[in-house]
Amino acid sequence: MKSLGSIRRDFAPWNDPKAKPYIQFDKVTKKFGDFTAVNNLSLTIFEREFFALLGASGCGKSTLLRMLAGFEEPSAGRILLDGQDLRGIPPYKRPVNMMFQSYALFPHMTVEKNIAFGLKQEGMPGPDIERRVAEMLKLVKLEQFAKRKPHQLSGGQRQRVALARSVAKRPKVLLLDEPLGALDKKLREETQFELMDLQQELGLTFVVVTHDQEEAMTMADRIAIMDKGEVMQVATPAEIYEAPTSRFVAHFVGNVNMFEGKVAERTASTTRITGATGAQIVVDNGGEATAGSDIVFAIRPEKIKVSSKKPADAVNALEGEVYDVAYLGDMTVYHIKLDDGQVVRASAMNASRVTEDPLTWNDRAWVSFRPDAGVVLTR
Amino acid sequence: MTSTWSRFNITSIVLGFAFLYLPIVLLIVFSFNESKLVTVWGGFSTKWYVSLFHNQGLMDATWVTARVGVISATAATVLGTLAAITLTRYTRFKGRVLFSGMVFAPLVMPEVITGLSLLLLFVAVGLDRGFFTVTLAHITFTMCFVAVVVQSRLVSFDRSLEEAAMDLGAPPVKTFFQITLPVILPAIISGWMLAFTLSLDDLVIASFTSGPGATTLPMKIYSQVRLGVTPEINAACTILIAVVAVGVIIASIANKRREIQRQLDEQAAQRG
Amino acid sequence: MTHIAATASSPTQPAEAFPTTLAKGFVNRLVIIIPYLWLLFFFLVPFIIVFKISLSQTAISMPPYTPVLDFKDGVSGFFAGFRALNFDNYTWLTQDALYFNAYVTSLIIAAISTVLTLIVGYPIAYGMARAPATVRPTLLMLVILPFWTSFLIRVYAWIGILKPEGLLNQVLLATGLISQPLVILNTYTAIFIGIVYSYLPFMVLPLYSSLEKMDYSLVEAAEDLGCPPIGAFWKITFPLSLPGVVAGCLLVFIPAVGEFVIPDLLGGSQTLMIGKTLWNEFFSNRDWPVSSAVAVILLLVLTIPIMFFQQAQAKAQEQGR
Repeated sequence: MKSLGSIRRDFAPWNDPKAKPYIQFDKVTKKFGDFTAVNNLSLTIFEREFFALLGASGCGKSTLLRMLAGFEEPSAGRILLDGQDLRGIPPYKRPVNMMFQSYALFPHMTVEKNIAFGLKQEGMPGPDIERRVAEMLKLVKLEQFAKRKPHQLSGGQRQRVALARSVAKRPKVLLLDEPLGALDKKLREETQFELMDLQQELGLTFVVVTHDQEEAMTMADRIAIMDKGEVMQVATPAEIYEAPTSRFVAHFVGNVNMFEGKVAERTASTTRITGATGAQIVVDNGGEATAGSDIVFAIRPEKIKVSSKKPADAVNALEGEVYDVAYLGDMTVYHIKLDDGQVVRASAMNASRVTEDPLTWNDRAWVSFRPDAGVVLTR
Repeated sequence: MTSTWSRFNITSIVLGFAFLYLPIVLLIVFSFNESKLVTVWGGFSTKWYVSLFHNQGLMDATWVTARVGVISATAATVLGTLAAITLTRYTRFKGRVLFSGMVFAPLVMPEVITGLSLLLLFVAVGLDRGFFTVTLAHITFTMCFVAVVVQSRLVSFDRSLEEAAMDLGAPPVKTFFQITLPVILPAIISGWMLAFTLSLDDLVIASFTSGPGATTLPMKIYSQVRLGVTPEINAACTILIAVVAVGVIIASIANKRREIQRQLDEQAAQRG
Repeated sequence: MTHIAATASSPTQPAEAFPTTLAKGFVNRLVIIIPYLWLLFFFLVPFIIVFKISLSQTAISMPPYTPVLDFKDGVSGFFAGFRALNFDNYTWLTQDALYFNAYVTSLIIAAISTVLTLIVGYPIAYGMARAPATVRPTLLMLVILPFWTSFLIRVYAWIGILKPEGLLNQVLLATGLISQPLVILNTYTAIFIGIVYSYLPFMVLPLYSSLEKMDYSLVEAAEDLGCPPIGAFWKITFPLSLPGVVAGCLLVFIPAVGEFVIPDLLGGSQTLMIGKTLWNEFFSNRDWPVSSAVAVILLLVLTIPIMFFQQAQAKAQEQGR
C-alpha cells in the first residue's frame, strides 16, 4: 500500500463523511477597525484531533484561537462547539481552556493555587480539588514543586504548570498559543512528544497555534496553513509537505524548487511540461492542469538526485554546474546552476561515511528525478 | 553596557548629593543645640524635644495632620486607582481628553490656584471650613499623584493574566479582585504613601481650605517660622523627617530583600 | 463541566467586541464615573467659580463679594446678571503696575531657576545613569528621599544657612574669602537657590530615566567614527535625552511660576512673585474678587506649558505600552 509520507494514520475522521464535526468555524470574519484579521473563514475540527494553525505572525491564527476562547467575538459568521453556537458566551462560561504564550501564571499564587484556580471557580468541593491538583502535579511531574511560586521555577517547569492549570478543568477543547515558543530548542523537542502523549492520555481535542512548522509537523494530526486571514490548505503534515495545493503552501513549508512552464501534453497518466527555456519534464501527477496552461512544477530538494554523469535510466535529467555545495553532516546540500540559468537546490542524505562520486565547485553535474517526485501547481 | 565610575561622574554625584542633604543634616544637627541661637553651637542637648512635647498647639496640629493624612490618602488611593484603570483600560469614551487633562493638570498646578479655587467652591456650596474641607481638598490633589503611580504599573501589567483567570472561569469582577488587585498592590501601596506624605507636607492648600480648629502641622510650623528660626522648630522638623525617612528606608530595604530573595530563587530554579 | 447557557442571538446581528477585561455595563461605568465626577466637581467646577467671582465686586460681608449670575431669579435674572458683569477687577490688574510686574518677574524667575536646575541636575542624572548598575537603585532612592521630606522644612533649612549670621557666611568669613557678611536671604538669589534646591528631584528623575534608557554603545559608535567625547555628548547623548529635559523643565517651570512658600520665606518683603501677591491679596487684603482675577490670569499664562506637559505625559504613556 502506498501512502504520502512515512506514517500510516488510522485516526482520520476528516475522511469519513459520517463523522460529526466538533468545532466549526462557519464563514467567520473578524475585523479590527479597517484591518481584517480573519476573512470569511470556514474550518472544521474533529473530536480528539490534534489540530495546528500554522502561519506567519499577523496571519490571523491567534485571533482565531482567541475567538474560540471568547476573548474576541466574530464580526460575522458563527463558531459552533459540539453543535452549540458560542456567540455571546463570555470566556468564563466556555468549556474551553487556554494555555497562554506567556503562560500567564498568577505571580502571587503557588503552583498548587494556580492549578486549583479554575476548579475553585466552578465550585468544586475542597477535597476533590486537592485530589485533582495532586493528579495534575503528578501528570506534569511537578509534585515536589507544589508550594513554589512561579518565579521560583525554571522556564520548562513554568510551561508544565501552565499546561496542568489549563487541563485541570478537563475542558472540551484545549487551546495552546505558541505553547513551546519560550523554551530552548532541546527542551522544545522533548516537550513536543510529551504534549502528544498527554493528548492521547487525556483524550482531549487540542488546537495549537504556532509559527514553527517543525512543531506543527511533529505534533498535529492536521495542519491549517494560514495567510492574511484565510486558510490556504488544511491537510495532514504529509499532505502539506508532499502534496501542497498552492505555491504559497509549497514555499511556506520546507524548501522547494519551482520550475515555471507550460503543459505540452496531457494524458491520463502522464503530463509533459515544457520549461520556459525549452527543458522537458515528464511527471505522472498533473493535477487539474490542462494542456496549454501555464503551471509551476514544484519539487523538494531531497527528491532530486545529483550525479556527475547522466543517469542511464532517468526520465527527467537536466545538466548544469555545481554553484555551491555545503556539507552539513547528516546531509549535503548542492546548488546546481542549470544551463538555462535556473539554480536548483538538491540535498542528499549521507547514508554512508564515504561518498563514491564527490563533487566540488564548478564541476559539471546532472540533476535527475522520478516522474512522481514533484507536484504540478496551478495556483 | 560598560559602566565604570569616571571622575566626572563621581564628582557630580557627590556634589549633587551634598547639595541635597547638607541643609537637612544641618537642620537636624542644630535641633540638638543647647543654645537658643540656631546658628551658634552651644553644646548637645535634647531639651527642645522635651519642650516640643509640652507644646499643646503643636501636638494638636500633629494629630489633625495625621488624621487628615490617613483619611485623605486612603480615599485618594481608591479614587486614584479607579482613575488609573480608566486611563489605561478605557481608551475610547466620551470626554476622555478632558478626563486625562483633569488627572495630569493638578500635578503641576500652582498650589495657590488649587487652594483658592477649592476654597471658593466650599464657600459657594456653603460648607463650613475645617477638618472636612481640608480632607476633601487633599483627596482631590493627591488622587492625581496616586493615579499616575498606579497607571504606570497598569501599563506594564500582563493582560493575559486576566484573560487566563476568565478563561478558567472567573467572572470579570472576581478576576479584578483575585488577580489584578493583588498584582498591582505594591504600586497602590506606594501611591498611598505618596498621597500621605503630600498631605502631611501641604501648607498652601491647607491654609486656604482650613478653618478654625483644623490647623495642620505645616500651618503651625509656618506661622512660627515667620516669627524666626528656633531650635524647637528644628526639633519638630527633625521628628517629621525621621518618621518619613524611617518609613521610606524600611520600605525600600524590604523591597530590596524581596528582590534579592527573588533573584536567588530564580537562580536556584535555573539550576533545576 | 461548566454549563453553557444557550443564546438566542442570531448570527446576522452585528457583533460587538467582547471587552477583554472588566464587564460591560454598570460596574464598567462606575469605574469611569466616580473619579470623573469627583474631578469635575472638585477640580473643574472650582475654576468656573473662580472665574465667576473674578467678575464680581468686593463687598464687606461674608463671603466678601457680591453674587454674580445667580439662578435665584430664574432665567431673566440670569441674563440681567450677565449685563451687570463687570471686568473692573481685570481693568484694575492692568492699571496697577504691581500685578504686571509680578507676573513678568515670576515668569523670569521661574525660567532662570529652570535653567539653573537643569544645569545642576543634568550632571547628577548623567552620573547616576552611568554609575554601575548595582548602585543605581540606591542612588535613585537617595534622590527621591528628600522629596518625601517636607517641602516647608527644606525651605526653612535654608533660612539658617543663608541669613547674614548664618552658616554660609560663618564659613566664608572663617576661611577669609569675604570680609563682610553676604546679604543673600531676602533677595532673588535666595529664591533661585530655594527653587533649584526644592525642585531638583523633579528635574533629575525624568533626566535619569531618559539617560538610563539610552544605549551607551551609540556614544561608543560616535567616538569610534572619530567624534571626540564632548562632541559625542552634544551630538548624541543630549539630543536623545531631550524628552527628559522637556519633562523635567516643565515639572520645574510650571509650579515655580506660582510658587508661594519659597518667595515668602526666602525672598522677604522686597521680592515680587505672583503666588505671593495672590496670597496677600486673599489673606491680608481679603479681596477675593481681585485674587480670583489674579488666579484666572495666572492660569491663562500657564495654559500653554500645561498643555505641553500633558502631551509629553500622553506620549510617554504611549511609549510605555
